[in-house]
Amino acid sequence: MERKNIIETEELTKVYDAQTAVDHLSFSVVEGEIFGFLGPNGAGKTTTLLMLLGLSEPTSGKAWVMGINPIREPIKVKRIVGYLQENMGFYRDMDARQMLGFIAELNGIMGDEAEKRIDTVLSDVGLLEEAEKKIDAYSRGMRQRLGIAEILLKEPKVAFLDEPTIGLDPDATNRMITLIKSLAREKKMTILLSSHLLYQAQKICDRFGIMINGKMVGLGTMDELTGEKFGIGKKEYTLEEVYMKFFKEE
Amino acid sequence: MHGIRAIVKKELSDHFSSFRFIILFALITMVSLILVYMSAVAIDENLEGEKIPQFVFLMLFTSSRIGFSLVQFVAFFGPLIGLILGFDSINRERNEGTLSKLLSQPIYRDDVVNGKFLAGLSVIAIMMVSIILIITGLGLVAVGVKPGVEEFWRIIIYLVISIIYVSLWHGVAILFSILFRSVATSALASIAAWIFFSFFLSLGVNAIITSIVSTEGTSAAEIYVRLARFDRALSFTSPMKLYNDATATIVDPMRRTLRPFIMQMGIMERWSLSRFSGPLPIIQSFLMVLPYIVYLVAITAICFAVSYIAFMRQEIRSV
Ligand SMILES: Nc1ncnc2c1ncn2[C@@H]1O[C@H](COP(=O)(O)OP(=O)(O)OP(=O)(O)O)[C@@H](O)[C@H]1O
Ligand SMILES: [Mg+2]
Repeated sequence: MERKNIIETEELTKVYDAQTAVDHLSFSVVEGEIFGFLGPNGAGKTTTLLMLLGLSEPTSGKAWVMGINPIREPIKVKRIVGYLQENMGFYRDMDARQMLGFIAELNGIMGDEAEKRIDTVLSDVGLLEEAEKKIDAYSRGMRQRLGIAEILLKEPKVAFLDEPTIGLDPDATNRMITLIKSLAREKKMTILLSSHLLYQAQKICDRFGIMINGKMVGLGTMDELTGEKFGIGKKEYTLEEVYMKFFKEE
Repeated sequence: MHGIRAIVKKELSDHFSSFRFIILFALITMVSLILVYMSAVAIDENLEGEKIPQFVFLMLFTSSRIGFSLVQFVAFFGPLIGLILGFDSINRERNEGTLSKLLSQPIYRDDVVNGKFLAGLSVIAIMMVSIILIITGLGLVAVGVKPGVEEFWRIIIYLVISIIYVSLWHGVAILFSILFRSVATSALASIAAWIFFSFFLSLGVNAIITSIVSTEGTSAAEIYVRLARFDRALSFTSPMKLYNDATATIVDPMRRTLRPFIMQMGIMERWSLSRFSGPLPIIQSFLMVLPYIVYLVAITAICFAVSYIAFMRQEIRSV
């Protein structure tokens, strides 16, 4: 069965003053998959996400999210995409409920519907108990979960998660991973996940893109990537081994 | 539409719960109480046994017993209020990473700027109205004169001009908060702009012009005419002067020309002059200041246009 492309880029390029952050990038993500967006620091992952969301203007090239051009119609894209930022900011004087209420309002979700959704997402991420606490007093993990709650609130078709497990303890990481997996499986969300945790990424991602210096050097499922680098063999390779092989050869 | 409403709502609640607002409010309340009390006492003394002149109520706003009238206070410190309310509005959010969160929601970028401006405008309006109410209340008690219908309308027009004037500076502050990433820099730029337009232009340039004009050694009348001309030209470079001239006509109906002849006279001369010339009717006063109002609004609009352009082109990344 042919599934349709949810995210697609064509020769997408972003040049900052001195350097090319994203270099003629072409790739696509199909409906319902979790796409692991890997690569070393400064590879251009965040820049790519920003361009897909219409927050940053590409130097050249094209992009589509569910067929919508984020440069021309950023509002439409932002309506269907939930974005978990790399360094998330919160209004620290608010509590979780107020923060979610504000996000709901910005998305045009009002009244009882907003109340209902806020309660649902708070319990989904396990923050119901601490919902009346100021965000200032939240731990890193709680903030991260609140960030996920903000995304769930929009009930988006697509989620861009930029390092959602950064700074989480192993247990919290596992719970986050489980949560992300359930979003794709139960809520049928298409997820673009950028991460440095290869072990966890290998567990939940259907497909991977390895980006180095703004170029996608590897693209495919675990089997495809292993086959490309090591040939078809008996040995089971880990994502980490595959990734390091790509990294060394660049 | 929902975007701007949400932002205005949030900004308002931020303002009202901030110490900044509370301190500002306490400050201007205090100052207007002092000013009005002083001028009320002055008016009381001056009017002992005399016939009550027209527009005695408006004198509460214009009498400068301690060297400063309320109108002058707003002219000088109103800008500072506008600047303080806005100098960190965009860059603080940028530094805390909430700006990119805001902009990854389905709202327009201008909603953010507009929402912040409208919230600031409401706060400014509330502050100005409270000042006027305090003065009116105190005026009733201290002077015992009720404002007439005409005085009421004059005060309303004064209020509108003042709100526009302070909002203009609020717009400047928002512009700085877009242009400068660092909050400290935009605070500094705000203060620099305030000093430049409020003190440097009106005092410094005035001094220079006066010295230029007087060296030419022509007749006194001619010098006055030239001074007046320079003064008008200067008006259009300084919002404060613009505001001074505009409000003077409104709250000081005895004055027919806009500066500087009246400036040369003492208060007694002015009063005796007013016996010969009746007050300028309110419609006339209004028509006279209308261009100034339009001009103030135009400066605000330009400020906005620059803000939009700068903000639209900016890269929004969480740092
Ligand atoms: N505003 C900017 N001006 C100039 N260069 C920038 C700017 N933002 C990012 N870059 C450069 O673009 C490149 C890609 O950055 P990007 O943040 O996309 O990397 P990343 O893959 O997300 O890295 P990380 O894993 O560390 O998050 C980097 O080399 C960075 O220095
Ligand atoms: Mg990144």
